[in-house]
Parts: sequence; structure tokens; C-alpha cells
Amino acid sequence: MSTQPAMPRDHWRKPSFIANPLLRWVVYGGAIFYVVWTLAWLPIDWVRVAEGVERAGRIFGGAFPPSFERSGLLIDGFLESLKIAILATFGGVILSIPIAFMAARNIVPLPVFYLGRAIIIVARSFHPVIVAIIFVKAVGFGPLAGVLTLIVYSIGFVAKMLAERIEEIDFGQVEAMRAAGAPYLSTLIYAVVPQIMPRQVGLTIYQLDSNLRASAVVGIVGAGGIGSTLANAFGRYDYDFALAITMVIVAAILLSEAVSGQIRKRL
Amino acid sequence: MTLSDLGHDDWTRFTLKQRLQRYAVFAACALAIGWAISSIEVIWAWVWDAPSQMGDLFGRMIPPDPSNLGAILRVLWETVNIATIATAFAVILSLPVAWLAAQNTTPSRATLWIGRFILVSSRSINTIIWALLFVAIFGPGIVAGIVAIMFRSIGFVGKLLGEAIEEIDKRPVEALEATGASRLKVIAYAIVPQVMPTFWAVSILRWDINLRESTVLGLVGAGGIGIILQGAIDTFNWREAATVLLAILGLVILGEIVSAWLRRRIL
Repeated sequence: MSTQPAMPRDHWRKPSFIANPLLRWVVYGGAIFYVVWTLAWLPIDWVRVAEGVERAGRIFGGAFPPSFERSGLLIDGFLESLKIAILATFGGVILSIPIAFMAARNIVPLPVFYLGRAIIIVARSFHPVIVAIIFVKAVGFGPLAGVLTLIVYSIGFVAKMLAERIEEIDFGQVEAMRAAGAPYLSTLIYAVVPQIMPRQVGLTIYQLDSNLRASAVVGIVGAGGIGSTLANAFGRYDYDFALAITMVIVAAILLSEAVSGQIRKRL
Repeated sequence: MTLSDLGHDDWTRFTLKQRLQRYAVFAACALAIGWAISSIEVIWAWVWDAPSQMGDLFGRMIPPDPSNLGAILRVLWETVNIATIATAFAVILSLPVAWLAAQNTTPSRATLWIGRFILVSSRSINTIIWALLFVAIFGPGIVAGIVAIMFRSIGFVGKLLGEAIEEIDKRPVEALEATGASRLKVIAYAIVPQVMPTFWAVSILRWDINLRESTVLGLVGAGGIGIILQGAIDTFNWREAATVLLAILGLVILGEIVSAWLRRRIL
């Protein structure tokens, strides 16, 4: 190297994302190989895919203009989704409070903590649609399965966030209550709950919004609400009605997102 | 503290007005819940029966039947591939959309609204609903799943990336523009390095989410492990369904570990 004349560096090159050149090429090569290899091996029926363009034309042709003819069905489905979301949020939030306490390391013994965390992990890991088909099989088609599903879904999120908040509380108040000889439950109610309440209210509103979205989805596997209406419309090739339903869902989601954002900002 | 409060010799946490507001909020919540409970179409006998039904169902799931484990794991790997490929394509496609939807990079007002429209419509339609549409277009199979996940992810990645672009430090951009750099070079050398950390963080987060979503695509016929789950449930093969559920749980937890590791390594 020293034999080479020292070149004046008049050219700047952007430093590479991965500093080690060998590792860089291995990563890039690996990524390209992975994409090519996977695309080659995935069971894809290219002939069928090619037909898709023409079918897409037919579907969108059938979808325009969206048909609001059966708006009674649409409103019923939507109201049912709203009811499912309200009840699931109520149930989920109530249940998530004890589970969040169980999953907070600083106020419960270790075995209880592990149990609480396990409940949260299981509730969070399964997509609501999977939970929904199990509940549909267990309690039958209809909104009840939807409510139960979204209760599980709410627990996964609300209990996790609330447990994190409980772990961050100011412990001085708990110590003060303990020093005054308060029993365990009173300590929780008077020292912990007031500190986590604002967070819980915010989470509840967020979850209501989130449940409304999810209730549109769980209906597709038979758990009631506007999702069921949508799945039926799709199944009957009523693409114009399906488009109308989708538009209503999108509008409702945007509206509820805006409202919930406004409320949470003002809390 | 208003004058009227000074008359109190007891300590109260809230003023009269605050208390009235709180009661009004409680009453509104109670009304909403009451309306939902009283009008939802639920057969109450089923509700009281639900715990025993669920117990019965879980009883039939035990012990999980591992005889089909080889096929389950193979399809699980396919599910991972769907999520990964779809995330990769979505991330690449979301770059121009983010560029359009960021106020400081978009060429004109019209393109800004085009960008925002793409983001909103992609984001507010759930993956499953996209999957319904693409199953109708491309037929049942993996392609529908990949495209559905892509369409949902573009909005998510594009929105967060667009926000990151809007928040960049403007000075490097101005410095480059002052040297007469072309538009492409400004993007490559002033904007891209600043949004790189967000780009990776969002991509990893979305991959983690997509892993969960890809496990349910099969329930509407769009490929992946959901197909096996649906098959097992439809044939009341609950012990195999339990194996699939455990496999999904393992996959999701593993995905969370991998994405946490990647986040530590890259960011």
C-alpha cells in the first residue's frame, strides 16, 4: 500500500450502511438470493395470476357505482359493529385492570407476575381473526363471538400498556400507605389506581377506536357486525354493495380516529 | 379554586363542576353500554353457556396432536416467506408514496393529495379485507396474500416515513441545493441519510406485524398457515388445531425476538 502515491482525496464517497465490506456483500447477496429463491419456490400459479388483470377489471366494473340500495342492511351491520366495540371495550378494560396488576413486577410476587405476563402474551399473539373462529365454533355465529374475541384483543393491548404504567408509578405513595398499616387491597386502590387512572382512560378511548376497526374484520369469519355483511356481499359477488360497505367502514374509521385523537389530546 | 369552594372544610378531590362533568361522562358511558347490551342480538342462554362451551372445546384440544407437524412447519415457513417478501416489496413501494405525501418534498399540491389518498385508503382497509378482494382477483393462493399484505403495509410504512421526511433538518437540503445539486442528489445525500433510522425501525416493526397478519390470511383463502388451521377446525380436528395454534404462538414470539434483535443491531 505504501508504494502507491498518496492520492489527494478530492472525491468523497458516502459511507456505506454496513461498514465491513465482506459482511456487506454477504448480506446483500443473501437478501437477493432469499428473494429469488423464495419467489421461485412459493407455490404460485402464474397462469391464474395473469387472469387476475381481466378479473380485476370485471370486479371493479361491477363495483362502480357503489350501491347504497340496501342501506338498511348496512346501517344494521354498522350499529352491530358499534355495539360489539362498546361492549368489548367495557369488558376488556374491566378485565385488563386485574390482569395488569398481576403483570406488574413491582406489586405482585414473582409467580403471579409470570401468570399475568403469560395471559398477556397469549392474548397478544393471536390475531383477532383466529380468536374469532375459535369463539364462533364455541358459542355460535353472531355478535357474541365478536364481543368475546375483542375482549381478548383488548386485554392483550390494554393490560400490557397498563402493566407498564404500573411499573413506572411513584412508589412513595405505596410506601406511605404501607407505613400507615393499610391492607394490600387498600394500598392498590388508594396509592396505585389514582396514578394509573389517566393512562387507563386514554387507553380505553384508544381501544374503543381500535375495537371498532377490528370488529369490521372479525365479522368476516362470522362474528357479527359489518364484517359479516361485507363477507356476505363478497360471497354473493355483490361488488357494488361491497364497495359501499367498504366506503362506510373507511369513513367510520377515519371519523373515529379523528374523534379519539381529539379526546386523547385534550385529556 | 373558586370562592364557593372555600366554604368546604372537608377535603374533596374535585370541585363541584368537575364532579358534575365526571358524573355526566359516567352517565354517558353507562347509557352507551346499556344501549349496546339491551339491543344487541344475543341469545343470553348462550352467554351463560359460553364458559362451559369454551372449557369443552379446550378439553378436546388436549393433548395437541403432533402427527402432522412436518407439514405444519413447512407451511409455517411459507407464512414467514409471505410476510417477509410482502414487507420487502411494500417498503420499496412506499418510498415514492412517502416522498409524495411529505409536504416538504412533494412536487405540487396535487401530488400531495394523491400521496395522502394512497396512504389513507391503504391504511384504513384491513389486511383481511384486502385479502378478500385479491382472492377474488387472483384466486385463492399465496399471491393474493402477498399483495394484500403489501397493500396494507404501504400505507403504514408510507405514513410513518412521510412524517419522518417532514421532520428532517432542512439545512443539509439547503446546503446541497446551494451547491447546485440535482433533485435526485438532494434526496440521496440530504434526505435519505436523515430518514434511514426511521426507515429501518418502521420496516422491522411492520415485518413483525405482518408476521401476525399472515397467519390469518389462510382463513379467507390467501395462503399460509391459516389454511391448515381452517381445515383442522372445519373437520373438528381440535387436537391438530391446537398444534397449529401452538406453532403460531411460537412463530409470533420468535418473530418478536428476531425483530428486537434486529432493532438492537441496526439502530
